[in-house]
Amino acid sequence: MKVHFKASYDDDIRLFEDRARLLKYAVLLGLMCALPFVVSDYLTGEITLVLIWCIAGMGLMILAGHTGQVSLGHAAFLAMGAFSNLWFMEQGIPFLLALPMAAIFTGVVGAIIALPILRLSGIYLAIATIALSIIVEDVAIIAEPYTGGVMGVFAPPIEIFGTMIDRYGTPKLFYFLCLVCTVLVTLAYANLLRSATGRSFLAVRDSEVSARALGVNVTRTKALAFGLSCAVTGLAGGLYAHFVQIVNYESFLILISITMVLQVVIGGLGSIHGAFFGAIVVGLLPQGIAIVRDFLQGTAGIDISAYPGLDTAVFAAIIIVFIVYEPQGLYGFYRKVKAQWELFPLARRDMFKRSKSYLKTERMR
Amino acid sequence: MSLLSVTDLAIHFGGVKAVDGVSFDVEEGEVFTIVGPNGAGKSTIFNLISRFYQPTHGKILFAGEDITQTPAHHIAELGIARTFQNIELFDHSTVLQNLLVGGHTKRRASWVEDVLHLPRSRNNEREARRAVEEVIDFLDLAAYRDKMIAGLPYGVRKVVEIARALASDPKLILLDEPASGLSVEETADMAFWIEDMQKDLGLTVLMVEHDMSLVSAVSDRVLAVAEGKPLSMGTSAEVQSDPKVIEAYLGTAA
Ligand SMILES: Nc1ncnc2c1ncn2[C@@H]1O[C@H](COP(=O)(O)OP(=O)(O)O)[C@@H](O)[C@H]1O
Ligand SMILES: [Mg+2]
Repeated sequence: MKVHFKASYDDDIRLFEDRARLLKYAVLLGLMCALPFVVSDYLTGEITLVLIWCIAGMGLMILAGHTGQVSLGHAAFLAMGAFSNLWFMEQGIPFLLALPMAAIFTGVVGAIIALPILRLSGIYLAIATIALSIIVEDVAIIAEPYTGGVMGVFAPPIEIFGTMIDRYGTPKLFYFLCLVCTVLVTLAYANLLRSATGRSFLAVRDSEVSARALGVNVTRTKALAFGLSCAVTGLAGGLYAHFVQIVNYESFLILISITMVLQVVIGGLGSIHGAFFGAIVVGLLPQGIAIVRDFLQGTAGIDISAYPGLDTAVFAAIIIVFIVYEPQGLYGFYRKVKAQWELFPLARRDMFKRSKSYLKTERMR
Repeated sequence: MSLLSVTDLAIHFGGVKAVDGVSFDVEEGEVFTIVGPNGAGKSTIFNLISRFYQPTHGKILFAGEDITQTPAHHIAELGIARTFQNIELFDHSTVLQNLLVGGHTKRRASWVEDVLHLPRSRNNEREARRAVEEVIDFLDLAAYRDKMIAGLPYGVRKVVEIARALASDPKLILLDEPASGLSVEETADMAFWIEDMQKDLGLTVLMVEHDMSLVSAVSDRVLAVAEGKPLSMGTSAEVQSDPKVIEAYLGTAA
């Protein structure tokens, strides 16, 4: 097992623990840059979608994973980001401004909505956020001047310093646009986690009473977390609009909200890695199911395409398996395997046993 | 002037008079202990001082300032820190991260600076680390610095919670049953730490405790309460020999 010797306080503040880790992420980024030149344009498009899911997942992760507040309605903010980005562009604002403006708009709306909603907790919060998702579906139809009503809005082409970027015309450029956004959001997220603000999120998640006793304004912190979460999700929504090219009320059904929750749970709550692992699963599962379907039809002659909603069922099955067997998600699983490997043959069976915690009902007494 | 001054404090939950007319003054630099049977209202007094509960009646002054209307999240900034009877740590973080939250009131960088990791945010971090390192040194927690709370023994968690309170650089520290669940040796250590807080750090300590060996060892003054009402006040020996206190502990049926 690797031991880090720390020589100064900065060793704990640094983004990367050591050179090896920095190198690892540099190589990963290099590979991601080379990818569109290696794989087909179709696959590049699919991976672009995974990147957009990564951003959306990080958005929800800030709230659900690091602040401990569930939202089962985050597709609402995906929608807000998408529609506002397109609307800003229609007003003649260039994409490079319209995208951050859409993110900020969504973030501010999110923070305002958060104030009443986050007074609720647990199941009531879940219900309120579901309601949000449903309301936004309706608003997308009613607010026709902004959302194009039932028809929806077409995404205009993106122009950045004279270069036209189009998901079908120039899939590689669109991929790089999404990659840059993903990297920037990840860096900002990592910065947040190593700062006092990030720690106040964790504090609110793990114990609201001690957070308050230590001077954390819990209401403000929750609203900030909700706002930041919505801003990042809105950014993903803006990119998503350009990915699918046309968005209407059907683009952001509640199923998308649920999928986002599944993503962060499957990936592993409470880590940036989790958002990425989850995005890979969520983004590529439909492909996986298609492959299995073709395989079954080809070899066994079974036609499972006759059963609509199968991917939803598979999602549901996966989430149950994770909650029962691996509540820390794929990232938790990865860390366990890694630790076993490094400690071999010294790993103990109950090394990762969950410790029993006390019931939280009698906390203040 | 007393550091903390509680006058005729009362809180009623429906029909339950959890605290009912309690007054006491805590002088700067003393260790003041509240004792009493279970359900006497001791933790509730702490929750009132922390401003988690709004008193039905009465007044709380800290360093001459009326804090009866102050929001709970401003209490730490004024210089009051606390621990909880059932440890309330941030379980999924390391000891270091827990203590760093203790330095929350000292931060100056805004969230925007934090997200962009601007110089002020970085300096905040360095400054917070330096302060926390002093506390780690003081309470001898170096061995646990990077350990997750969830895996720590109970006794260590109790000390970490005190460390986190100290990290906020308080004038007054409220300890709710610091020795409950500790072994005899750990309780003896706790007595030394409380003395060190008083003598070396110049802290004022307000404590709730059942273990009379610890109470007698460190307390300058003791207040006994029962059923929300004050019973007796004086040195540890005086309070323990007060017939009213003995009766409260044995029950009125005796
Ligand atoms: N939030 C609350 N709501 C209702 N009753 C409470 C609340 N907090 C405390 N009590 C009641 O106040 C009384 C004193 O409790 P507490 O202060 O915890 O006692 P202790 O002296 O053992 O710390 C108990 O009867 C308890 O049930
Ligand atoms: Mg108590």
